[in-house]
Amino acid sequence: MKVLVAFKRVIDPDARIKLTADGSAVNTESVEYKANPFCENALEAALQIAEEHDAEVVIVTIGGDDTDQTIRAGLAMGAARAIRVEVEDQDLDSDLAARILAAVYKEEGDVDLFILGKQAVDGDNNQVGQLLAEYLGLPQACFASAITIDEDASEAVVTREVDGGLETIAITLPGVITADLRLNTPRYAKLPDIMKARRKTIAVMDLDDLGVDDTALKIEVVRLEEPPKRQAGALVESVDELVAKLKNEARVL
Amino acid sequence: MSNILVIAEHHAGALKKGTLAAITLAKQIAAKVGGGFDLGVVGGGVAGVAAELQGYGAGSVFVVDGPAFADYLAQPYTKAVVALADKAGASYVISTAGTTGKDLLPRVAAALGAGMVADCVGLAEGDEVLFQRPMYAGNVMATVRSKTAKTVVSVRTSDFDVAAATGGQSPIVSVAADGGEVAARFVSFDATESERPELTEADVIVTGGRGLKDGPTFWNMMNPLADALGAAIGATRAVVDSWEEVPNDMQIGQTGKVVAPKLYIAVAVSGAIQHLAGMKNSKTIVAINKDADAPIFQVADYGLVADAFKTLPELTEKLKAARG
Ligand SMILES: Cc1cc2nc3c(=O)[nH]c(=O)nc-3n(C[C@H](O)[C@H](O)[C@H](O)COP(=O)(O)OP(=O)(O)OC[C@H]3O[C@@H](n4cnc5c(N)ncnc54)[C@H](O)[C@@H]3O)c2cc1C
Ligand SMILES: Nc1ncnc2c1ncn2[C@@H]1O[C@H](COP(=O)(O)O)[C@@H](O)[C@H]1O
Repeated sequence: MKVLVAFKRVIDPDARIKLTADGSAVNTESVEYKANPFCENALEAALQIAEEHDAEVVIVTIGGDDTDQTIRAGLAMGAARAIRVEVEDQDLDSDLAARILAAVYKEEGDVDLFILGKQAVDGDNNQVGQLLAEYLGLPQACFASAITIDEDASEAVVTREVDGGLETIAITLPGVITADLRLNTPRYAKLPDIMKARRKTIAVMDLDDLGVDDTALKIEVVRLEEPPKRQAGALVESVDELVAKLKNEARVL
Repeated sequence: MSNILVIAEHHAGALKKGTLAAITLAKQIAAKVGGGFDLGVVGGGVAGVAAELQGYGAGSVFVVDGPAFADYLAQPYTKAVVALADKAGASYVISTAGTTGKDLLPRVAAALGAGMVADCVGLAEGDEVLFQRPMYAGNVMATVRSKTAKTVVSVRTSDFDVAAATGGQSPIVSVAADGGEVAARFVSFDATESERPELTEADVIVTGGRGLKDGPTFWNMMNPLADALGAAIGATRAVVDSWEEVPNDMQIGQTGKVVAPKLYIAVAVSGAIQHLAGMKNSKTIVAINKDADAPIFQVADYGLVADAFKTLPELTEKLKAARG
């Protein structure tokens, strides 16, 4: 089997996000970066599949060379190798990212499964996996909380976290899966694995290599703003005071 | 001519109220570009849903109905929505940003060659149609432009009023669609059993956090409180992540559900930015936390610094009494 994992680098989700003075972009001065948490779930899922099915796990990142550090962290978790497609974040929208991933899929050949995170926690788009599946004409199982691959790797049975409960569907492989939080707990890389990861290859490609010549964005960011802050109210001293205020002031009871 | 198509969200033969929020966005777009809107329904045996869509002012209600669409699967539903969009001559295809909309709409966008705006919370002022959507767990509000002839939009329903019925009939038009070859099949659905209102539709939500110790204690503390208020129960990610007894679809926040009830009571919730992203537009927020420095107090209208285990039983009783 061959499993591709779309692995995105994002600004540390616990960091305070600030805009540049002119409000045109997020201020990236002295910010820390991390792998998108859902991409770590995606990679962990791929590694577990590899342990059972003898699969090669390949990381795919679209980004500049400063994303190599995050890619190495993914390689240290256990991926065999990585492909980085040289395009900067500001030149991407979800649609172009999906078309690039589709081109990587075709370039690689023999891919059984493409696993992505359900959502990148910077743009919060939750759409690249679905777009990719449609561009490739493949079935999708999004928001996965459990994956079982049958013995001959022809089908994946996937439990999906959906409104109102858990849905289980089966998709014929090759297919696209996006990972939700409860799918697994990503492993920590051990020191020897971190050393080993330094020798693994990151193949760098550009859009010409992949034959992606339409780089027009479908969605353009016009401006960014800080949303208005909610005004904090006051502390109450007792349950009685709280109930009285809810009844007489907020009038919500 | 109508050129906005709203795809209705439905479950178990009934219309989901979020659809009415999507209609509100359609009307806002129509006010800028002229024309009206149509409604679309896809499913197996959805005549009842189409009937529920009468009276909202749609040009037509287009329906794809057939056994091939009985269970939701992304590929055949994409084909059906594309057929509806073609029939309606739609420049905009709009639906709700629930898990079905999130699963389906990007595929529809790719099939239509359309730009996809996820989680739209409103339109920017001015003549042009510019969409607003949050990023970075709501730390940033982006204004975006779709540059394609067609645009697909998922709507964050808690940010829109529900459209009121205006009366009148919309002709129901049956549309043929071929689900095509489908490389996926539905296996089963394990519904979260609950007598309570749905989170995204509830007027009152009580949410418990990790401070409630463990899964069984969570339910023992939260159930009576929810009963007293007729409330839905929510949870933080820390809770659904660590306690099996609390299902994931109760998670509120950046990577869970976004809600804006009239009253939101957060109990033993720290108020991480990712949680605030899902509830800070609630009308009245109450926070109960034993740590006076918990960030949740920065968004709470009424904060009570107290131990939840001591306070909740008392609060539950007094709320019951106050509501009579
Ligand atoms: C990418 C990403 C996405 C995320 N998405 C979400 C999301 O969608 N939703 C979400 O909720 N979180 C999300 N999180 C997690 C978030 O960062 C926090 O970790 C989480 O919200 C914390 O949950 P909590 O408040 O229940 O737990 P904690 O942060 O552990 O807080 C527990 C609180 O309980 C209080 N407490 C303890 N005992 C008592 C008592 N007896 N009485 C009263 N108070 C008590 C404590 O003072 C504390 O404030 C996300 C994180 C990341 C990195
Ligand atoms: N620049 C990128 N490089 C690699 N993978 C990406 C990139 N952008 C998005 N993805 C993948 O798509 C998933 C969903 O992202 P999004 O639709 O942007 O929320 C992410 O979790 C990644 O797996």
